[in-house]
Amino acid sequence: MNNRIEKRIELKAPPARVWRAISDYREFGAWFGVNIEAPFVAGQEAQGQITYPGYEHVRWRVVIQKMEPERLFSFTWHPYAVDPKVDYSHETPTLVEFRLEKIATGTLLTVTETGFDRIPAERRPDAFRMNDGGWAQQMKNIERHVADRQ
Amino acid sequence: MSRTGSDTSAARRRQHAAVFAALGDETRLSLISELSAGEPRSIAHLTGGTRLTRQAITKHLRVLEQAGIVHSERSGRESRFAFDPKPMQELREYLERVSAQWDQVLGRLKSFVEG
Repeated sequence: MNNRIEKRIELKAPPARVWRAISDYREFGAWFGVNIEAPFVAGQEAQGQITYPGYEHVRWRVVIQKMEPERLFSFTWHPYAVDPKVDYSHETPTLVEFRLEKIATGTLLTVTETGFDRIPAERRPDAFRMNDGGWAQQMKNIERHVADRQ
Repeated sequence: MSRTGSDTSAARRRQHAAVFAALGDETRLSLISELSAGEPRSIAHLTGGTRLTRQAITKHLRVLEQAGIVHSERSGRESRFAFDPKPMQELREYLERVSAQWDQVLGRLKSFVEG
């Protein structure tokens, strides 16, 4: 078990094309399935209504973090924030990063989502404080250990 | 976009966060390691072999108990703590769902830029 998600995908398109698909709010909305209302600006919130069938009730809301052309695009959001009755704004968000790398066949895109292990500070008594060192490795060790025993 | 599931309440996600947080400590990981062998253990047993006090071990066990990773059982005059694999399995399933959604979304991005 890991506390991050990482996806690597090779795209047969140059980084400039991939960058536009990710950083232009209309293009992003087209493949992601969301009707975004305004251009992405680093440090600012972006939002829109999900257009993907069955999820039209969901409000998509992120805060754009970094926009480094043809290199890095990132935002924070609340994964699984699909219940309109729940106010997710106090939950600690996860960070999603899109990293672009030029390769012979086009672009290598690496997407990571991290921060699943955080909970809002006010809900975290001292005993809950994270020991950051080697967390992922510790998780792997535990997982292996538990798997071996089952 | 299909970021959903039938069991996606904030309470559940909060529980995931609590499980992650509970796992983020070496002492607690070693306690889980010990208990995941399947044998319920007393606080005295779990304290033996560590340099921590009984109180410190108890505090860690309570954190694990609150996250549902262990539960205590009364055995005569003492409590024994037993490992429950369910929260960690649920955590893994949750991450697998998020992961599967990324696969779908990125598949659409691929068609979009290559099309």
